[in-house]
Amino acid sequence: MTEAAIGSGVTGVLLIGAAARLRGVEKAAADEQPSEPQRFWASVLCVLVTLALAGVVLSLPDPAPTLAPEAAQKLAGTGLGNPITAVLIAFRSFDTMLEKVVLVLAVVGVLSLAPDRYWGGAPGAPRAARPESTLAFLAQLLPPFGILIGIHIFWVGADEPGGAFQGGAILAAMWMITMMARLTEAPPVSSIWLRLALIAGPAVFLATGVAGVAMASGFFAYPAGFAKPLILFIEVFMTLSIAVTLPMLVAGPPRRLPRR
Amino acid sequence: MSAATLAGLIGAALVGLGLYGLITNPQPLRKILAFNLIGSGVFLLFGIIARKGAAAGFVADPVPQAMVITGIVVAFSASALAIALVLRLFQETGRVTLRPDASAGPPANGADT
Amino acid sequence: MHVTALAFAATAGGFLLVLAIVLPVAGILLSLVLGGRHAERIALVLMPAGVGIAIAIAVLLWRSGKPLVYGLGGLPPPLGIALRADGFSAVMLVTAAMVISAAGFFARANFGTPQGVTEARAPLAFWILLQAVWAALNIVFLGCDLFNLYVALELLTFAAVPLVCLDGRPETLAAALRYLLFALFGSVFYLLGAALLYGAYGTLDIVLLAARIHAEPAVWVAVGLMTAGLLAKTALFPLHLWLPPAHANAPAAGSAVLSALVVKASFFLIVRLWFNVLPTLPHETASAILAALGSAAILFGSVLALRQERLKLLIAYSTVAQIGYLFLMFPLAAGVHPWAADAWSGGLLQTLSHAFAKAAMFLAAGLIAESLGHDRIADLRGVGPAMPMTVFAFGLGGLSLMGLPPSSGFAAKWLLLKASVEAGQWPWAVVMLAGGLLAGGYIYRVLAPALSSEAVHLKAPPQRSREGVALVLALVAVLLGFAPPAFFEFLQIGRVAAIGGLP
Repeated sequence: MTEAAIGSGVTGVLLIGAAARLRGVEKAAADEQPSEPQRFWASVLCVLVTLALAGVVLSLPDPAPTLAPEAAQKLAGTGLGNPITAVLIAFRSFDTMLEKVVLVLAVVGVLSLAPDRYWGGAPGAPRAARPESTLAFLAQLLPPFGILIGIHIFWVGADEPGGAFQGGAILAAMWMITMMARLTEAPPVSSIWLRLALIAGPAVFLATGVAGVAMASGFFAYPAGFAKPLILFIEVFMTLSIAVTLPMLVAGPPRRLPRR
Repeated sequence: MSAATLAGLIGAALVGLGLYGLITNPQPLRKILAFNLIGSGVFLLFGIIARKGAAAGFVADPVPQAMVITGIVVAFSASALAIALVLRLFQETGRVTLRPDASAGPPANGADT
Repeated sequence: MHVTALAFAATAGGFLLVLAIVLPVAGILLSLVLGGRHAERIALVLMPAGVGIAIAIAVLLWRSGKPLVYGLGGLPPPLGIALRADGFSAVMLVTAAMVISAAGFFARANFGTPQGVTEARAPLAFWILLQAVWAALNIVFLGCDLFNLYVALELLTFAAVPLVCLDGRPETLAAALRYLLFALFGSVFYLLGAALLYGAYGTLDIVLLAARIHAEPAVWVAVGLMTAGLLAKTALFPLHLWLPPAHANAPAAGSAVLSALVVKASFFLIVRLWFNVLPTLPHETASAILAALGSAAILFGSVLALRQERLKLLIAYSTVAQIGYLFLMFPLAAGVHPWAADAWSGGLLQTLSHAFAKAAMFLAAGLIAESLGHDRIADLRGVGPAMPMTVFAFGLGGLSLMGLPPSSGFAAKWLLLKASVEAGQWPWAVVMLAGGLLAGGYIYRVLAPALSSEAVHLKAPPQRSREGVALVLALVAVLLGFAPPAFFEFLQIGRVAAIGGLP
């Protein structure tokens, strides 16, 4: 699954970056290490949890209860071919909209960690005057393809595996590469375009959901026959938001004074 | 034992390992790593539940798959927030510890006071 | 299938449930984009409006006598998501709206954007985080789908953690990090349990799960994992270590919201899990364990509160103790016994009472700390005559914590005591009485020096309006003690009877 691969990859970037900056400080003081008895009981607990889980896994009902038939039934009404996209944006759209809001909050939380004087400045390293190195070379080569692939994956997600999350994550990865190579820099946090891009996904989703009262049978419902275009419309902005949010989370809080 | 069951058992093991790491490692960065390990185990379990729910011509039940996608994004942003906190704590005190009585030391980077 | 038809027919006024969530979410998005001073204005307009919506939901619920339901997207569960409001939801919605509005108005003095600056970090972050906490709380109180509730829990965590370390001091950063790690442990195990439940029953809707569930190992493992995760978020002993530094070091308005509401959200979900999903299953042992942990929390937390030197830490440890009372409800309110309804009312009233009383106390402590420049209990002499309204508010809140009449704390504890005596479960009664005595002890520790008539130097007298906010919250905590019987009937709306009851 693309999303799992991208997720672990980007999390790896985060962790490795942090470990690099914390080099040398990671040796915990001796008195912080848990004692032998504590380790013993912790391992007993963890073994119990693993065994309990394994037991449940082996005892899961077969044939498993599943919502696949019902999803297949309702799929035709949405005009989509990809059932996962349908679940995300048609059947359980409220969840997905809220999850985008969670992303916005994560960015707000990360940005709020800046010292007061840096507010309004930009996160990450500034653009380098003469970027060199293999990374810069890769960062000049990959993005054009990556951007095309990302957009393509988002677009076909309506009917085949893919969608806003996967496409947006690829676009995000491209931007992150160029930021790491210092070919581009993160925008300052006071930038209105940045803020619009961050909220575009949830805002459009929310607006369409609320409009469902007038246009369809209720909140977060889609008008019959018009569902697919609306869904694609929402997904465009979702992809944009994801593409902007993920790199901002990696870039971290502002670290430079705002430019006057 | 089918592939799905094996994957489920691996998921259970990941959860157990991650929990042990979360409890016993004092360093916050390792705890964050351990949390991600648990998360991977949970997503693996969701995955096999989806696979077992294959029906109506679908290779897997789409609902748990959608939950995994949502969960991965949320877990990633949680890691990002946690790491940002760790780095800021390091900037302010020059060390990274969860002990509440650790006094504020000199900042690692003098310019960031 | 009859379960689906009956339970998910959208009731009149169901759209209000959606509005209660849409409003704060819109506020978050607008506040981020418009930024600067607008964030504060948006928040202070939407929050009172939210009080109105919550009251409207309560009124509609009272008129209909049955839970309000709304199926989102026109698709009923299990494929779709539903929102559902019962008596517990409604009172929590009103409480959350009121406490958050109060905290907002209180915080204007701390988090106003300074003159001459378009935007500042702490103010913008504060108003967005406050609205996000509010949005997340409303989803928790109204959600009927376990995965929807997971997303709500994550939103709540991401909103509450940065509130703790908003001022950037190293102690708050460490406290926030610790809080985040406990909270993430909680979320991931909650999610794990939900995954197992889906694997076993093919749905995550609470009403449908209640109909399909039966006693099997998968259920016990799943519920055990979810409860453990939620206990970490509620800071029940022994998973309470993160709470005192986090709540004590947050800004005053933040502490009020954290202690009064945020920890109650995960408690709310434990109640949903045990009383709405599981009621038909036998769980005496498990309930007893929860109550035993609650008792340990009451005793441990109160004793630690007695030993604190800082006022805010004392109040935070008091939260650890008062949360213990909530878990005494589990063995008492289960089943179809005659005392179960009393125990249910007592537990819910304790949740509300503590919310208002604790919020008032944290706001009062914030005013004291600002006016004196410190919050050392030893040096509180003379504060009472110098800031009478503030200390009065603190005292009224303390009344509720101690369980002295006339206060809602007394009413709640009285109901729980009555239930435990009728049920023959004496240990809980003894623990409650001991807890009341200990609470008296630590409140006296603060009020005794405060009310002495020594001269004290105030850096600046507190603003009347801010004192008023704290006092209003404390008065509500007292007034709830005079609730008419109709209020307790209202709390029973939607409560699932133990044997075969459809909500």
